[in-house]
Amino acid sequence: MKTMAGLIREHPFLADLTEAECEVVAGCAKNAVFEPGTYILREGQPANAFHLIRHGRVAVEIYAPRRGSHVLQTLGPGEILGLSWIVPPYRSTSDARAMEQVRTFSFDAVCLREKCEKDPALGYALMKRFVPVLVQRMSAARLQALDMFGAQA
Amino acid sequence: MSALPTRLAPVPLRVLATTPETADSTTLVLESGAIQPGAPGQFNMLYPFGLGEAAISISADDAAARRLVHTVRGVGPVSAAIAALRPGDVLGVRGPFGVGWPMRQARGRTIVLVAGGIGLAPLRPVIHAVLRERAAYGRLLVFYGARTPRERLFVPELAGWEASADLEFVTTVDSGDANWGGHVGFVTALLAQARFDPARTIAMTCGPEIMMRAVANHLRERGMAAEDIHVSMERNMKCAAGLCGHCQFGPLFICKDGPVFPYGRIAELMTVREI
Repeated sequence: MKTMAGLIREHPFLADLTEAECEVVAGCAKNAVFEPGTYILREGQPANAFHLIRHGRVAVEIYAPRRGSHVLQTLGPGEILGLSWIVPPYRSTSDARAMEQVRTFSFDAVCLREKCEKDPALGYALMKRFVPVLVQRMSAARLQALDMFGAQA
Repeated sequence: MSALPTRLAPVPLRVLATTPETADSTTLVLESGAIQPGAPGQFNMLYPFGLGEAAISISADDAAARRLVHTVRGVGPVSAAIAALRPGDVLGVRGPFGVGWPMRQARGRTIVLVAGGIGLAPLRPVIHAVLRERAAYGRLLVFYGARTPRERLFVPELAGWEASADLEFVTTVDSGDANWGGHVGFVTALLAQARFDPARTIAMTCGPEIMMRAVANHLRERGMAAEDIHVSMERNMKCAAGLCGHCQFGPLFICKDGPVFPYGRIAELMTVREI
């Protein structure tokens, strides 16, 4: 039977962490399942976890009064859900809803932040994985904001 | 008879059928008359009499039926007049013009198509050609970005493609609605999740230039050669035969050197604002 460290190493996001780093990170991880319609993250709530998606799709939403929820982005297997755990004040900046049954590796953010504080090399290794995701999502959001497929494009 | 007359003088052709695609886009099926069918990626100049011409890509591989198919988005007076045509109406057609998609180079390789908005129309003949001769090509991956679910083109055909084992077709929209259960986000996010061997892949992309640049840069980062990435450029065209200079793009003419170019040939030009 595979250990949690072995399992999380199969996820593309952590695939190239060292075995030792995976062992440390795995100490903060558990399997999680979310049924369709369940909110995995809520805007403004403490970012106590982040997730590596294994199965299923997640809608990242923002709620506006009188307009309701608006889907900003959908995420699927191989992708990471929750980036606020690594940036103070550690609060989620959007809602995340399971569009179907979603299975993830869920990481305890408080546990992992403590380990990163104690082991800056581990913190840097994780930062090198999270920052590109942040940049890619920011770039994509900028292009979406251009409304490039609109009539005036 | 020389092909010259159909390139310089419009041939009057009758509209056989029209299909509204979105609120402002329509697919026209025309009799082909003396106009040659054209290759995927080529275009014809369509002329609603008295208004002017517009360069419109061929949007279906329908040569066997001796019909021309064009999908038009009505955004200006000429294109809006074309999109408003009805069966039985007549318009002038010149063509076909330009360099099309590299179908010969694509044989035996994985093909990645990335379309944005109306950019699916010039890529649809590629899909038709591959499906018609399926064994001659490798995997076919199609990523389609649309503004909203209602602004997708060819919706009945999309459903067939999504269900087909002959291609991997995925749509993403910038903004979903309550009934949309598909992907939301920029098209490169879908592309990033796709697995393919960059050394055995050829890519073709059509859509807004900024989208094509983002797609090409992403594919380059994945290890694809610039010569294996092909983009379809768009500029206002007048003569369509490389004579008038209307569509000049640095040292190139979009009408005769393109509209399809290997990215390596125009990557630098695409960042020059003055062009």
